[in-house]
Order: sequence, then structure tokens, then C-alpha cells
Amino acid sequence: MKKVYPYLFIFPAMTGIVVFVLYPMVKLITQSFYKVNPMNEANSKFIGIENYTKMFQTAAFKKALVNTGYYALFSVILIMVIALVLAVWLSGKQDRFHSFIQGSVFLPHVISMVSIGLIFQQMMDPDFGIFNQVLTALHLPACTWLRSSSTAVGSIIFTNVWKSVGYYTLILLAAIQGIPTSIYEAASLDNAGKLCTFFRITLPMISPQIFFTLIVLTIGSFKIFDMIFIMTGGGPNNASTSLVFYIYSKVFQEFDIGKAAAAGVVLMVLVGIMTVFYFVGLSKKVHYQ
Amino acid sequence: MAEIEFRNVSKSFGTYNVIEHLDVTIPDGSFTVLVGPSGCGKTTLLRMIAGIGPQSDGQILIDGKDMTNVAPGQRDVAMVFQNYAIYPTMSVYGNIEFGLKNNKVPKEERKKRIREVAEKVGLTDYLDRSPSTLSGGQRQRVALARAMSKNPKVFLMDEPLSNLDAKLRSAMRVELIELHRKLKTTFVYVTHDQVEAMSMADTIILMDHGEIQQIGSPEEIYRNPANLFVAQFIGSPAMNIVKKEDCTIGFRPEAVCLTKEPTSAALSMQGTISTREMLGRETNYSIRDAQGNTYMVTSPTDDWRPQQQVYLNVEHASLYVFGKDGKRLPEMEGATV
Repeated sequence: MKKVYPYLFIFPAMTGIVVFVLYPMVKLITQSFYKVNPMNEANSKFIGIENYTKMFQTAAFKKALVNTGYYALFSVILIMVIALVLAVWLSGKQDRFHSFIQGSVFLPHVISMVSIGLIFQQMMDPDFGIFNQVLTALHLPACTWLRSSSTAVGSIIFTNVWKSVGYYTLILLAAIQGIPTSIYEAASLDNAGKLCTFFRITLPMISPQIFFTLIVLTIGSFKIFDMIFIMTGGGPNNASTSLVFYIYSKVFQEFDIGKAAAAGVVLMVLVGIMTVFYFVGLSKKVHYQ
Repeated sequence: MAEIEFRNVSKSFGTYNVIEHLDVTIPDGSFTVLVGPSGCGKTTLLRMIAGIGPQSDGQILIDGKDMTNVAPGQRDVAMVFQNYAIYPTMSVYGNIEFGLKNNKVPKEERKKRIREVAEKVGLTDYLDRSPSTLSGGQRQRVALARAMSKNPKVFLMDEPLSNLDAKLRSAMRVELIELHRKLKTTFVYVTHDQVEAMSMADTIILMDHGEIQQIGSPEEIYRNPANLFVAQFIGSPAMNIVKKEDCTIGFRPEAVCLTKEPTSAALSMQGTISTREMLGRETNYSIRDAQGNTYMVTSPTDDWRPQQQVYLNVEHASLYVFGKDGKRLPEMEGATV
């Protein structure tokens, strides 16, 4: 009986994992090898890796794959750097101005994605938007923002960074504020300059939070969808599409569930590879207390 | 080696003045202990010397040089913090090396110095270890080694032994005294523990409410307290007090001779033994008189038992008289009860 107890205790949690994680994952992978009939699943046909081979040949998927890479790379780099700079700056002083800025940078996080998408779409309008008005007033060349295929991805990344940076700033700020002041005092008595203190004391001490942020941010960026859906609908001419947007259009516009599942598997593998890469490459540099 | 001089120094946090117009000199090469109850300003004073909590007004001079605009790292002082403030992300070696590197000590010299101090404090086998794998005592040694490696003019210590267990604390006390004797550097040591102050200091600065109550050697402070506060703060158990109309009389617990019958001593009063603490070498009795006042008596013998009636007898020479303002009175008039 004693041998059964441990299994009994983990049974409820394991049931949840099997039903909500393992089953959907297995289902996704199997469906990617079928030509799925959405009206009658019994009529689905096993076609091997045809979904994959066909998908990799289409320009739309390739574009979605490359764009997802761009979104992830630039969002992660920009959000990390800006959040870190803001967190260090905000941790320096505790006055009303700093509290105000802290609140302000966090505010976009509580606003609905749809509202942000709509407002930025209007602000980025090349003819009537405030962004171009400001650029013109400063005698700078106007930008085409979401309306041109060359600037659409950049504009969405810009909006994404604006929305997310506050949340990650707060996580890093909390980490920095958790460092005992006596360590900084010891460093100042050890004649450490500001840069030296940052790189030798602050950065290593908040490395667990940076590592966490990096992983969560990367996974989130790979799954970018809502902003694209609202702001450009994947356009112009598929220029701002992403992997998740590709999956969405396959399922809900073309009803090709098999290909959508194949794209889903590709996304899962990509996120998995990135996470393993982070753990292998960085976990030794992370300092846990 | 360096003399530290406070000239008209004040320190306030917002509108709250912790220290006002303080003038004091800490002699070169001394082991000076700043002692006093919590919140008396002793740590504030230490942080002002280090420059990590600079004074609001006045000047602090180290070796005759004004330190007002000198950064903490340039003052040639080293500090051991109460929580040690060891860099948790660096190895023991890295912790000691950090300050030397910042001070541009050449690599070979750094290696040599780290080896030397590690040997002195017994950390040679632990240099590659991470601080999180060390015990409290070992961490304390890392903090000490880090301070020693810099060969500073002044050692500042902020209750460095308070996180150690009693046995290790007394061992470290001896080591610090020996370290001071070897280095002959100025040590400024903050503690709220009067036993630590008495056992280590060659000069004690006793503070209360941001003011210096008395400066002197441990013997002087114990035998010649300047006021009632000093008299009651130093000594364990504390000095007994008898309140009179125009003055207060004090006597040390060990100055009392317990008898069954009254004697002709300058002070002789009756009481009942309420508790008895047998400590081995001596026994502490707490004795209550008819008015309900309690007196502590330390006796080398353990003959007395609780509830016994006794007479407390104190000779004239062992009585201290304090005025209404708490200041010590030189005359011993009216010292009989």
C-alpha cells in the first residue's frame, strides 16, 4: 500500500497534465500528419509528412518563419536592454518623479491589447497620425509605418516593446531593490566605480530574474499574434505575418487543420530549441542564492 | 596608522537630528569601541568615518586631512559589516581580490597578499569556495580578510561578532585583540554589548541619544563613571540604585557583603532573597527590600537561599553618589542609609 501512496498523491496533478498538456500535444503532432476533414474527423486521411513538405515550399510560411525570427530577436533585445536601463535608473532614487515614471511605464501592461492596437494604428497613420505630424514638425522625413511592407514589422515591434517594457522593468526593479544596500556600501569602500559595480555586483545578483525574463520573453515573442491581427491583419501583402498568424489563417480562413498543426509543431520545436539553448548556454552564468 | 577627528559634526535624517555638534578625537593606533544602546548614533558615527553615510555638517579628518569630499574608496579605510556584506556571486578569492583590483594592485602582488591574509585568518583551503557554502564564522573571516588585504589606515567594525555563537564570539574577540596588536592600526569598533566593549577596547566612547557620555579606558569607565547612565550601562549585573530625595546612590553588585545581622557599614539595609542564579564561579542574588525595590548582588559564595532574610552591607568607598541631573557628585555626603 505504501508504494501506491505517492502515485495517489500526484494523481490529480498528473491527470491535469495529461488532459491539458500531453493530450493536446500528441493530438497536434498526429494531426500534422493527416489531411484533416473538419466536418467529419473519421474521414481524415494519413498523408505522412506531406503537410510539412508542402508548407516549407510556400512563400507565406517562409515569410512567417523569418518574420517570427525578427519579432523575437528584436523584441527580446530591445525589451531586455530598455527594461534593464529603466530598472537601474528607477532603483537609484525613491522620489515622486521616479514613482510617476515607474507607474507610467507599467501602465501599458494593464491596457487591453485591442485598445493599444487600435490607438497605435491611428497614431501611425501616414496621413493623419500624430507620429508623422511630429516627424514633419521636426523637419524629419515621414514614415510609412504599418502601410509599407518594409516598415510594418518594425512598427509592430515598436508597439510590442512599448507595451511590454514596463512589466519586465518592474520584475528587474524588484530584483535590484532586493540587493542589500550593505553590498553596495562594501563595493564603494572597495573603490568600485559605477560601471564596475553594475557589471560585477548588480548584474550577477539579478541574473536569475534576467534569465527568467529572457525565457518568458522569448517564448512570448515567438507566439506574437494579437498585435499583428489588430494592426495589420498580416499585411500589407503578408509582410507582417508571423507563425501564429499563419496558423490562424490556415485554420480559420482556409480550414486546413493539418497544415496549421504542422506549423504548430514547428513553433513548438523552435521554442523548445531556444529554451534548451538558453539553459545549456546560460544557466551556468546564472547565480542562484 | 591614522588619527580620526570629528570637528563640530552633525548628522540628521530629514528633520530628525541624530548627532549634533560633536567634537571627538579617536587616537592613532587605538582600539576604540563605540558603545551604547540601540539608536544612540554609534553606527552613524562609524558610517560617517567610512563616508557611506556622510555628515550633514562639520568636518571629519583622518590623519589631519578633511574627508568631506573624499569618496569612501579613497579614504584608506576598511570596514567589516554586521551582516559581513560579502559579494555572494564571487568566490572567497574573488571577494578579497575585488578591492585590490579596483585599487590597481598588480596581479602578482594581489596573489601574494590574498595568500597572506587567507593564511592569517585560516581560509587558505576555502579560497575557491562560494560564500554560500561557508559557515557564519568563516564568512566573518572572509569579511575580515577582505578588510585586512587592503592594508588600511583605519579598520571600522560594525558589530562584527553579533551573528556568531557565544563560543566563537569569545574566540574571535581574542583574535581581534591580537590582530590589533600585530597591525597597530587604528580600530574603531561598534557594539551594543558592554562586555565586548570592556574586553577589547583600550578606549571606550560611551554614547546615548547622539551624545558622548564618557570617554575613557575600560577601567576608568567602570570605576569612575561620569554619570548615572554610564554607571548603569557598564557592568553586568548593572549598578544598583537607591533613590534619595536630593541625590541617587549607586553601588556595584560585587561590592555588597551579605550578612544575617546588620553591620556598621556605610550602607546597610534589610531585604529578602527572591532569586538565586548559581553561575559556577559566582552566584547572583536578587534581593527585594520592604519598599519593593530590587537589588542585584554578586557573591563568590552560594550559601544563601531564596526567601532568606539578609542584610546588604556596602562600605563607604564603594558608594557612588549622583546629583539630581544624573551627574556624579565628588562629595560622599549623606551616603549612609
